Amino acid sequence: MSILVDENTRVLVQGITGREGSFHTQQMLAYGTNVVAGVTPGKGGQSVHDVPIFNSVAQAMVETKPNVAMIFVPPRFAADAILEAAEGGIELVICLTEGIPVNDMVCVRRYLDIHGIKLIGPNTPGIISPGKSKLGLMAGYIHRQGGVGVMSRSGTLTYEAVNQLSQRGIGQSTCVGIGGDPIIGLSFTDLLSMFEDDPQTEAVVLIGEIGGNAEEQAARYIADTFTKPVVSFIAGRTAPPGRRMGHAGAIVTGGTGTATAKIAALNEAGVTVVESPAQIGSAIAAVI
Amino acid sequence: MKVHEYQAKELFSSFSIPVPTGQIASTPREASEAASSFSGPVVVKAQIYAGGRGKAGGVKLVDSPKAAEDVARKILNHPLVTHQTGSAGRMVNRVLVEEATDVKTEMYLGITIDRSRRLPVIMASPAGGMEIEKIAVDSPEKIFKEWIAPEIGLRPFQSYRLALKLGLNAPETKQVATIISNLYRLFVDKDCSLVEINPLVINSDGAAIALDAKINFDDNGLFRHPEIEKLRDPNEENQLELEAKKNHLNYIKLDGNVGCLVNGAGLAMATMDLIKLAGAAPANFLDVGGSANEEMIQNGFSLLLSDPDVQAVFINIFGGILRCDILARGIVAAVKHLQVKVPVIVRLEGTNVEEGREILAQSGLDFLRASDLGKAATLVAQALQGVKK
Repeated sequence: MSILVDENTRVLVQGITGREGSFHTQQMLAYGTNVVAGVTPGKGGQSVHDVPIFNSVAQAMVETKPNVAMIFVPPRFAADAILEAAEGGIELVICLTEGIPVNDMVCVRRYLDIHGIKLIGPNTPGIISPGKSKLGLMAGYIHRQGGVGVMSRSGTLTYEAVNQLSQRGIGQSTCVGIGGDPIIGLSFTDLLSMFEDDPQTEAVVLIGEIGGNAEEQAARYIADTFTKPVVSFIAGRTAPPGRRMGHAGAIVTGGTGTATAKIAALNEAGVTVVESPAQIGSAIAAVI
Repeated sequence: MKVHEYQAKELFSSFSIPVPTGQIASTPREASEAASSFSGPVVVKAQIYAGGRGKAGGVKLVDSPKAAEDVARKILNHPLVTHQTGSAGRMVNRVLVEEATDVKTEMYLGITIDRSRRLPVIMASPAGGMEIEKIAVDSPEKIFKEWIAPEIGLRPFQSYRLALKLGLNAPETKQVATIISNLYRLFVDKDCSLVEINPLVINSDGAAIALDAKINFDDNGLFRHPEIEKLRDPNEENQLELEAKKNHLNYIKLDGNVGCLVNGAGLAMATMDLIKLAGAAPANFLDVGGSANEEMIQNGFSLLLSDPDVQAVFINIFGGILRCDILARGIVAAVKHLQVKVPVIVRLEGTNVEEGREILAQSGLDFLRASDLGKAATLVAQALQGVKK
């Protein structure tokens, strides 16, 4: 098992002819991901790394039957691309684009909720189920297949955690970047419920950061429902209030979204919260 | 992105939200002229982005053009220190001179995005004049909210329902409901992340007026609004931060003395925390991007070093798709090119890390190399102690 993606996942890449889209399609194919189609309006009939390109999602659906879409489309067209995938019958959309206006995401998320379609991101490095399928920007080789679920609001900090685990010989079931924007798709809580039901997952790493209250909500869910051990690190304890720390979502405003509040909530829920990002690997080793 | 109060009020006017009659002045003489064009007392308001101007002496009520001129002379071209500016304060280059309003009732009105509900929320409170955060703590029962479903937008019944909570008479309630609708239109049309009227007042004639105006725009939405981008005041922004923006780097100046260069926002924040944990303090937040290249590293490096507070540099890079050997070459080139005089601590991890470390070792440069995060932080603290001696 694993969550959301596995060896049966059929991937559609929107924006496949762009620099990022093309490069990462190649990387994903090399990892063994089943990329079945690409979409770039006006380039239908061509191919990239032997993946056929279609003018629209609707055409790609008929001919190649993908079930997951990845969005490598620039910010001003990304909301439209997500909606095209959703309307076309895709079950899970992974949006890597950074810089989508929040108002666009309010409408997109609302549409997806009404129609029961899952979204990861935007502004995410993607998702990987090691040994099965990689749908994202992460370097595949640092991962190994195993029993730890990893979820995070940040990219390189996730690689850091994964690397610490793999070097200790501890593998991962699925690693998900939930995205660094104020409005995103699947939350920590949504993923926890999937990890709870996944027999391959024995423990979970939750990497949070300042801003919003996703970590507090996750803490409540862990306290009430989650039965597997959780290790957490929260980035941004030293961040000044009112400043956006790179991610649009990482901002402390009006005393809400502080690291202190998140750490307290997680501790109270029985989560092992480490002080330093260097301790994530050893903390997991101690609980499994 | 933020704008000045007078700019926000011009936008309010264009969305039919009533504001006091006013004029902008950049000299005491202009302030006096503005005051004489109105009958009766005026308010002189310092124009800086930071809040807390009233308590800091940046807002004054005066009763003659002469008094307006005197007050403007004291405020203009002086730094104003409020609880939001830091100890250096902000230089005041303009004052807004407005007709004084005879206030009968003060209220709060604001719109932002509710992240947990993923919807815009309109907040109104009869406890005006106070900060909304303070109202939320002291008397949360006095904050009333309406969430907006994007597929139907804000409906008139919602604006009216919210206005009814404010305890006003019938004609006042109607005016406030109209202001709520117009403010929401502004919030959506201009891609705002926050609009705030604090206080929204009823004057002695029973008219609703926005006495103050605050707008934050969503940086990600600015590409749709070149007219808003033009309002940006470079004097209000940190010069290094502006420079960083041009080079597509995420840079924020902080108070410490360890310059940090990191790829990825989360790792950059974690690196700051790590430095603090080791007993030192970061001079900045700098994210060169999760997929940084050689050039980004060079640009980031020179930006870092142009900050005179920096006494040591900590480079923390996790090379994923981008290989560590390429990144190491970038670091070596930057250090040689910039003739770096402060200790440089490097921690590299990821793809081709062995080759990367080899390049650093053979560069002939005096890097302090750390293989893991914990050791790196200790090295940073030790290097700083060396500097102090």
